[in-house]
Amino acid sequence: MRTTKDKILSIALVSPSILAVLIFVYGFIAWSIRVSLSRWKGLLPNYAWAGLKNYIELFHDPRFQVDVRNTAIFTVLFVGISLILGLFLAIMLDQGLKGEAFFRTVYLFPMAISYIVTGVVWRWLMNPAQGSRLSGFNLLFDKVGLDFLINKWHTTPQWGIAFIAIPAIWQMSGYVMALYLGGLRAIPESLREAARVDGATEVDIYRHVVLPLMRPITLSAMIILGHISLKVFDLIIAVAGKQVALDVPAVYMWQTTFDGYFFNRGAAIGILLLLSVAVLVIPYLWYSLRGEAEL
Amino acid sequence: MNTQSRARNWLYVPLIVMAIFYLVPLYVMIVTGFKSFAEISLQTMWNLPASGIHFDNFSEAAQKLAPYFWNSTRMVLPAAILSSILGSLNGYVLSKWKFPGSNIIFPLLLFGMFIPYQSILIPLVEFMRKVGLYGTIGGLILTHVIYGIPITTLTFRNYYANVPTELVEAASIDGAGLLKTYWHVILPISIPSFVVVLIWQFTAAWNDFLFAVVLTDSQHWPVTVALNNMAGSQIIAWNVQMAGSFLAAAPTLLVYLFLGRYFLRGMMAGALKG
Repeated sequence: MRTTKDKILSIALVSPSILAVLIFVYGFIAWSIRVSLSRWKGLLPNYAWAGLKNYIELFHDPRFQVDVRNTAIFTVLFVGISLILGLFLAIMLDQGLKGEAFFRTVYLFPMAISYIVTGVVWRWLMNPAQGSRLSGFNLLFDKVGLDFLINKWHTTPQWGIAFIAIPAIWQMSGYVMALYLGGLRAIPESLREAARVDGATEVDIYRHVVLPLMRPITLSAMIILGHISLKVFDLIIAVAGKQVALDVPAVYMWQTTFDGYFFNRGAAIGILLLLSVAVLVIPYLWYSLRGEAEL
Repeated sequence: MNTQSRARNWLYVPLIVMAIFYLVPLYVMIVTGFKSFAEISLQTMWNLPASGIHFDNFSEAAQKLAPYFWNSTRMVLPAAILSSILGSLNGYVLSKWKFPGSNIIFPLLLFGMFIPYQSILIPLVEFMRKVGLYGTIGGLILTHVIYGIPITTLTFRNYYANVPTELVEAASIDGAGLLKTYWHVILPISIPSFVVVLIWQFTAAWNDFLFAVVLTDSQHWPVTVALNNMAGSQIIAWNVQMAGSFLAAAPTLLVYLFLGRYFLRGMMAGALKG
């Protein structure tokens, strides 16, 4: 029997965690919102009311406009290519070939590494130096006769951010592969068998049976990669430092707050980031947990 | 049959090409690390070490990063252990001792896993300043433990959800209360979940950069922040940076290689239904 004592105890056990999350997540978000509506510039807090001034200024700020554009390009490339590559690798690995475990391990290991490490290495691989100072991938292209591939990587004017998607894809596509592979493994063989009996070719089976079943996984992967993409920070810092051309909201927030002491503007960027993530994640959480309750 | 199996061999081509893509950065890190100082030139970065294996770069990088490795270690271990314990207790209560409102609490907790930390960073710094933990390892540990609660709770809750409720009920009929049941019934079967969560939190905290760079002073930098500063410096040669990157990646890479199975499970938990 469940005693009253145990009921109280159960609440007592979880309440420190719940309280901590309420304060450090929700309380701090509220605090950030308050800072974003203030005139706090400089080291000392100043909560004088500024209304939406900081947000309006951001929308007119050319740097923030660059950030939004960069995030959009980065997100489309990073999420899109990771999904396609991940699905492709998962289907390949689902063919029951020898050495599957080896390939899986290789595709996934970048997940275990920090973006800072990734960034340091890719910074040298994507070294944009030209002529006699050629190095990294450019040097490799030169050696194997693929000179036409030599390029300026992340220092390409206007489109540098697109190249930052390469290390990000390198890092996360294995994760997408693992998600899809899990989904493919969950399809009962009888389903494929039934389609074969009906005369479907292997390609038909993928198009009409397997891929439609992968939709929920695609959704999960899109949400997860999408929110990582909106938050991208470490990788940009490690590959590019603080170049304005490769700026994203997370980097702007960090710099304007902790280097420039524009706490009001930093908070406003943080809240805008939160809103963009919330638009993705809240419906997803609702959908996931509702599905769980039905089970 | 024969032509079919020959056709299947072609499948290896894209698999191997992609494997090379994933391994290239690792290759460059390791090869560069083992060259002698005399051999280092950007022009030969793709070549294998020509004059045997040297440890110059690794030893220089290790020397420079040693204090920061120690900082990372004493930050990551308590952070991972504490957040696992909290996650286990929360998961137990939220799956087996549901109380009124626990179904609202759970999604509220989960949302904390997805927030961009930029949206809480300023209050966090202010808070740490006020309680005197700003700049310290302790402050960073507290941060990782608290923001780790959502994912650790989720992992344990999902794991315990598959434990038959009869097991808990049987124990309570035998007179075991909430804590006794946890200690004698739940905890002994929780080992796999603890491994998953410990690995996951270890990796997340070891690889974190944002919290570390904002919350710690230069004496207490973990290895990620130190490495990033080393990489930004003009004085330290690129080959030493590469060796340093490899060293900084080594602990989590080793965990992945030896306990990859569990690592994967932690990742899947992050995808909720994945």
